Amino acid sequence: MLMSGAKMLLECLVREGVDCFFGYPGGVTLPFYDALYDHPIRHVLVRHEENACFAAEGYARATGKVGVCCATSGPGATNLITGLVDSMMDSIPIVALTGQVSTKLIGSDAFQEADTFGITRSCTKHNYLVKKLEDLPQVVHEAFYIAASGRPGPVLVDVPKDVFQGQSHYQPVTAIHLPGYKVYTEGHTGQIRRAAQLIGESQRPMVYAGGGIIAAGASGELRALVELVDAPAVTTLMGLGALSATHPNFVSMPGMHVSYAANMGMTHCDLIIALGVRFDDRVTGRLAAFAPHAKVIHVDIDPAEIGKNRAADVPIVGDVKRVLGKLNKLLEDALPVDQAKRAAARKAWWAQLRKWQAEHPLVPVTSDSEIKPQHLMMEIDRLSGGKAIVTSDVGQHQMWAAQFIRFTEPRQWINSGGLGSMGFGLPSAIGAQFARPDKLVFSIVGDGGFQMSIPELATVASYGLPIKIVVMNNGYLGMVRQWQELFYNNRLSAVELDCFPDAEKLAGAYGFKGRTIDKPWELTPALEEAVRDPGPYLLNVKVSPHECVYPMVPAGGAINEMVLGPPQPVAVPK
Amino acid sequence: MLQVISLLVENKPGALMRVTGVLSARGYNIESLTVARTLDPGLSRMTIAVDVDAALRQQVIKQMNKLVNVLQAVDLTEERAVLRELVLVKVRAVQGTRTAVLKEAEIFGARVVDSSPEGFALEATGDLEKLDEFIDVMRSYGEVECTRSGVVAVALEPKKLRLQPPVPTKAAANSEEKDGVLNG
Repeated sequence: MLMSGAKMLLECLVREGVDCFFGYPGGVTLPFYDALYDHPIRHVLVRHEENACFAAEGYARATGKVGVCCATSGPGATNLITGLVDSMMDSIPIVALTGQVSTKLIGSDAFQEADTFGITRSCTKHNYLVKKLEDLPQVVHEAFYIAASGRPGPVLVDVPKDVFQGQSHYQPVTAIHLPGYKVYTEGHTGQIRRAAQLIGESQRPMVYAGGGIIAAGASGELRALVELVDAPAVTTLMGLGALSATHPNFVSMPGMHVSYAANMGMTHCDLIIALGVRFDDRVTGRLAAFAPHAKVIHVDIDPAEIGKNRAADVPIVGDVKRVLGKLNKLLEDALPVDQAKRAAARKAWWAQLRKWQAEHPLVPVTSDSEIKPQHLMMEIDRLSGGKAIVTSDVGQHQMWAAQFIRFTEPRQWINSGGLGSMGFGLPSAIGAQFARPDKLVFSIVGDGGFQMSIPELATVASYGLPIKIVVMNNGYLGMVRQWQELFYNNRLSAVELDCFPDAEKLAGAYGFKGRTIDKPWELTPALEEAVRDPGPYLLNVKVSPHECVYPMVPAGGAINEMVLGPPQPVAVPK
Repeated sequence: MLQVISLLVENKPGALMRVTGVLSARGYNIESLTVARTLDPGLSRMTIAVDVDAALRQQVIKQMNKLVNVLQAVDLTEERAVLRELVLVKVRAVQGTRTAVLKEAEIFGARVVDSSPEGFALEATGDLEKLDEFIDVMRSYGEVECTRSGVVAVALEPKKLRLQPPVPTKAAANSEEKDGVLNG
């Protein structure tokens, strides 16, 4: 069948199961958008290309499916970059489609030309420039396969205008052959046996689980492991929800901003069972002092992660779901013997952990006169009841949300972890709401990040997305302020955001409801009103401006050297 | 010590950029790089000599092996391997020194590829140190101009090449179990 390149691309998207994608049109993508005009696939028009990629990420993070975004050549493509790096850092499957100037014009500095293929080489898992229409279907299917398999990531396909316009016979692609693309799934049987043995011998094990569990859909296996071994478990920022926060073995998140018990547990354990994690610097603190007594079992699908930051005693390259399936079976068989052997030691280990938890719990700070950010997060947690999807930007609000909102399932917590992109929270909520129309979606953002994504209020309004945008407004770029306060002699340089729009008027201008509150007694009714409202809602919550996130491991510190609270004496703003 | 990396890559646009990107992203400067196609015209053999911190060498190899276009990347630094480089040297040699230059060239196994009243163009191959010496010796006779090819290497131990078989597309496999394709 004779078909245009543009139609062929849509046909391939349909065959990949894409029902919705996020984009912004332009000159060279005109033929593509023309084909889209009477095509059933849903295109969501965002207001900035960066947000198209963030929305695709929200969609992918909420579902596990490949998120798709689309932009024109030149500035459209360069605007995608932050989103591409963001999805690369957090291993999110994305296919980004970009238009390119016609093949004959490539390299001539044509209008809106940029070397997208060259520019995106280092911020994608793989990328393509399609110079012949005949290659297009093969490339699109390869892109989806690469994005979703192994360690997921972004793949970009750059399509020149004349390739969209060309006509060719469409032949469905049935197989992909990438001889050099290695995906290791099974895990080495001998190593898995060694892991089971180490676990059996361990007196003080810790399970350290991350985003890999969520990517692999291995929550069930993780839970089974934690219960079989009866080990305390920490999950990383990317792994929140991999094990329910209400599970008795769940300790919290380890690292720079989270609990004393988690960090002390990591420091004093004798075995780390690391699953789909990368020993990120925000988790390990000073690497040389990290978990000095522990042996390490490291399971990851990416061989390059193993031994990158911390040497593994038992390295296992594989899909964590399959590896845990096999490991759990071995542990089950050895359970009666192991349990008897380790009962006393495990009791002492748990007693120690409970002691640490009791000594320095995460303090749910509240006040009678002002809204404390922690209080805000606890109220959102209460309203969510472990059911809502929560997205965030990066910074103080992200850390407080991670500390106080209890996620019970994977894919409820959507945030920019590795790259830490401001302006991620709102567009990713748009993607998540399209992916999960049945879910209550909170977008928790700071007053800084929100002002980076204001254009997307138009998208929210235009599609009537019932997202509850909660601005944690402290009038500062709070995390930067916190560091200036603590490490730069309180010289607050360029961090005060002294102008913020009137939320009621701003939301009103887009045709939905908004409100500003600053009294603690307003908090619960205002949040309840926002949730009750059937449409979008912008709730601007003025919180106490000088609150800092604690505990905190100063940069370069060991994770057991936490600062647990503000320096004394405390200057309490009256 | 220089790290010598041998890669088998698909002969595709951008493949070179992807491989060198692994090094440039970490701030490493490439000492030499050679690329040429193999018996299979769809594949190229690349040899890279680069000064990488010992602690990061494994990581660099792993990152290269992750690239879709790379079939195999191996570190030959500590392996049994033959390393050779070719150099073309133009040396000024007038009446008095011509015989001596030719004698020295013979000692290094170099061939004369051009001769003129002003001097010779010589071609020599050898390992890196031998070529350094050769160039030094030629310098002692006068001005030289030289072009080195960069090192090429062949491993003496057989390297098992693991290639991935074709997989059905999601569209083709949709009738089967859905997760199968996603997880390879």
